[in-house]
Amino acid sequence: MIDVFLSALSNILTLQHMGYMMIGVIVGLMIGVFPGLGGIAGLSLMIPFLYGMDTTMALAMLIGLVAVIPTSDTFASVLMGIPGSSASQATVLDGFPMAKKGEAARALSAAFFASLVGGLIGAVVLTGFVLVARPVILAFSSAELFMLSVFGLSMVGVLAGKSLVKGVAACALGLIIGSVGGAPATGEFRMVFGVDYLYDGIPLIIIGLGLFAVPEIVDLLRRDRAISERATLGAGWFQGIRDVARNWWLTLRCSGIGALIGAIPGLGGTVVDWIAYGHAVQTVKNDPKFGQGDVRGVIAPESANNAKEGGGLLPTLLFGIPGGGAMAVFLGGMVLLGIQPGPSMVGSNLDLTYTIVWSLALANVLGAGLCIALAIPISKLTLIPFKLLAPFMIVVICFAAFQATRTLDDLIVLLATGVLGVYMRRFGWPRPALLIGFVLATQAETYLYQAVQFYGWEFLTRTGVMIIMGITAGSIWLGLRARVSEASPAEVLAVEARDTATGPAANIRARAPQIAFAALALAFFGVGIHDALQQSFLGQVFPLIMACAGAFFTALVLAFLVLGKPNHAVASDTEHEAQAEGVALRSTLGALAWVAALVALTAIAGFVIALVTFFVAFLKLRAQASWLMTLILTAGCTGFVLTLASALNMRFPGGVLQDLYRLPWPFS
Amino acid sequence: MTLKTPTRRGALGLLGAAAAALTLGAPAQAQVDFSGKTVEWIIPFGTGGGSDTWARFNAPFLSKHLPGNPTVVVVNEPGGGSTRGTNLFAQRARADGLTILGTSGSTQFPYLLGDPRVRYEYQDWSVVMVGPTGGVAYVSPSTGVESIDDVAKLQGQRLVYASQGATSLDLVPMLAFRLLGLDVNYVFGFGGRGDGRLAFERGETNIDYQTSSAFINNVTPLVEAGTAIPLMSWGVLDEDGNPQRDPTFPDLPILEEVYEMVHGEAPSGPMYEAYKAFNTAGFAAQKMVVLPAGASEELVETYRQAWRDVFADPDYQATFVAALGSYEQVTDRAAEALFAAGTNIDPDVRAMVVEMLAEEYNVRLGD
Repeated sequence: MIDVFLSALSNILTLQHMGYMMIGVIVGLMIGVFPGLGGIAGLSLMIPFLYGMDTTMALAMLIGLVAVIPTSDTFASVLMGIPGSSASQATVLDGFPMAKKGEAARALSAAFFASLVGGLIGAVVLTGFVLVARPVILAFSSAELFMLSVFGLSMVGVLAGKSLVKGVAACALGLIIGSVGGAPATGEFRMVFGVDYLYDGIPLIIIGLGLFAVPEIVDLLRRDRAISERATLGAGWFQGIRDVARNWWLTLRCSGIGALIGAIPGLGGTVVDWIAYGHAVQTVKNDPKFGQGDVRGVIAPESANNAKEGGGLLPTLLFGIPGGGAMAVFLGGMVLLGIQPGPSMVGSNLDLTYTIVWSLALANVLGAGLCIALAIPISKLTLIPFKLLAPFMIVVICFAAFQATRTLDDLIVLLATGVLGVYMRRFGWPRPALLIGFVLATQAETYLYQAVQFYGWEFLTRTGVMIIMGITAGSIWLGLRARVSEASPAEVLAVEARDTATGPAANIRARAPQIAFAALALAFFGVGIHDALQQSFLGQVFPLIMACAGAFFTALVLAFLVLGKPNHAVASDTEHEAQAEGVALRSTLGALAWVAALVALTAIAGFVIALVTFFVAFLKLRAQASWLMTLILTAGCTGFVLTLASALNMRFPGGVLQDLYRLPWPFS
Repeated sequence: MTLKTPTRRGALGLLGAAAAALTLGAPAQAQVDFSGKTVEWIIPFGTGGGSDTWARFNAPFLSKHLPGNPTVVVVNEPGGGSTRGTNLFAQRARADGLTILGTSGSTQFPYLLGDPRVRYEYQDWSVVMVGPTGGVAYVSPSTGVESIDDVAKLQGQRLVYASQGATSLDLVPMLAFRLLGLDVNYVFGFGGRGDGRLAFERGETNIDYQTSSAFINNVTPLVEAGTAIPLMSWGVLDEDGNPQRDPTFPDLPILEEVYEMVHGEAPSGPMYEAYKAFNTAGFAAQKMVVLPAGASEELVETYRQAWRDVFADPDYQATFVAALGSYEQVTDRAAEALFAAGTNIDPDVRAMVVEMLAEEYNVRLGD
């Protein structure tokens, strides 16, 4: 075994292999930087080159690509508050506040260094466990997976923010949105209202972009300054590396968590970052500032999401079951190379397995090194006046959103979740709680149903289930002690803007917008309950219980809002706080209208024409840039998008114009 | 969806006549030239899945053998269980040979079942290539079965099967088990056959099936270890549409044989008709390449010639078994026979299956 292991290393350390791996790393880096694009887009670029290639070289190239994506997607998360991929959503929570404080370079280098450590640990885990992992993976049945979903949901306790009641209500909102589409047990369609788009459920990437990116763009547009509050980048990349070194134990733990969760097929990579983030919040005792730019909130998810790839290769190689989206793509690439994953990967193909291990380790080093080198120049983006950056970001999130299904519906749903995100942010409804509910809705429902089918309710007494239950109980207990809040200290301490009168009438007067929002949420749960009642028993039981719970907690929120004392924990409205701070803000609707304008233009004239029109209009009318500047920026962005689209054989969503006339690419 | 028999027969007759004319005289040599053009191969599935891999494997060979060597790009249009991309093709594609569609069993099934999301009509299209595959059902030794001869022991037992959904390809084993009179409890919500196999390995289920390549790579070791007992394969169709043993698994009986072992007579009746239709649509004619409505004879012949050349290409022959398994892809008459068998169903049989799905598995196709 050792000799196979070492001969794989000597194989890979040739110039040719390293060269191909470097190609994979560089392509992965360029693709990964762009939000919404990941392993899938990368593979499409690589496929034509796989033919006739030597197997180990091709594997090195594919692994180089897959390994670097969770590293490079951090750029968007930290610098722009746009989740670069589903694996780095949690990074936004502290990474973006750091960028706002002018610590973008520090956040990035900490993230990349943590990614490096995580990636290496993932490779170590893969090496050590590949020969013995089969029984371990088989030990996780639907019962344990259900309990793990519950464990994931328990992170809501940590991420709920100021008010736990609101956190639970937001989580229920996510669970209901996540149950849109086919029911796992019966396949019947829930809450689709006859809309084709909803039959498949709402894509995660759109929820992530809508909840996190749109509200940040709107907020920055209203404040009308650069992302960074300071004109210099302050503490640089060396500081970030020191941060990781100082928190080595946290980095190791989160890498371990990432590798473990990645190795369990069925849970998916989408919760790894949240669980790692939650773990950091629960365990860090020394002066935690999570949610306001704590570097440990960046280190935790970033080390975990790279380690996840090494763990995720275990089920991919041993069982041919992809551990996540990127792994599905990798699997497709392997099949094209004529390698069929399965038990042979630890038998006659062990040399290939070890080639993969070594490639993974080396690619992580190369990728992290390149990213750290790029961190300083790229983080200067945060110093640019936002009104010049905004049209790019709006185009980028729309482009990323329609990677989901390549239809106009993607953009419409993005706008809708964006509006939801803006108001959740304003009224202090924790968005991570919604996202966790959304991600785990299908898994929790599916595994619960399967566990009951296979084992009956006795599944709760299985050893594995009891262990995870114990961990969950511990996590809830820890979570109640250490809750992270998106609210800044100023927001927490802010005195509600209101007259001195108390009582329900005065409350309603002072909190009318919040009450209206909560009432809307309540109405949504009502729709959920109504829809669930139309389904068969197995199709309705899960959404019905969740919608009832959500309605109950939202009703509690409403009750507190109407009856609660001034400065009650439930009451939160960032508008009041901004007024108190005396910051002049532009209108929310105005900012949202710009996003809506691009969507509407796309609906009329297709994406490319809409993009150009939108850019010119925004830069001239809103940013009041000169014609030269407008021209350069518009041409730059259009050229970039077109290059990317042609490299990836991508079609843009069309509008009315495209329905009426046949136009040549790229207008088609 | 055309279910009126005369129309279908008419369409088939036309296709048959066209094929006959081509094989007899090959009147017009292909004069289509795709130099400098790009052929978009629509795959109504996401990247990385079976259909995508299949198309990406074939695409460079197609490019090499089409006149003028156009660039062939795979365009993924996933959604709605493949109905979205296919609808898009039906609605938009022009019959200029620059847009082709690759379908799969999951595209055929909703069409055969009359899913309301289906707005495409197979009989409008011209088939130029069909890629078959196969599947093998197996059970756990915990059922007391040691070989197919013990199949009678399965009756009366409570079997458990991990399913992706009643309208997925799992409909084929479902119908097969029903024909054999097995009492199977279907647990739904599995993400793929791989997840189902994992449940089998964990001992949560005791009956399962895998497509051929997954069976060979992942179940054969279990068979060798004695933890899985192969039962039967889904078989293949010969050029006349008769079920035969799968050449990949010559020792395994097909359902028709097992049915005779169990019931003492050859299978017949609407349930068997349903099995045959869905088995063909799901396996023997799983992957199809079609040209849009209105494609000229010349264009169809150009594409068929390209596939003939692909199949004769030594590079193709050297690599396709490793990537796609040992099932020969076909064109011409064989493809047409499979196309016809895989995209037609008797309306009464269809109604029976839809009713069965609705009553026993709560599947509501019209919503």
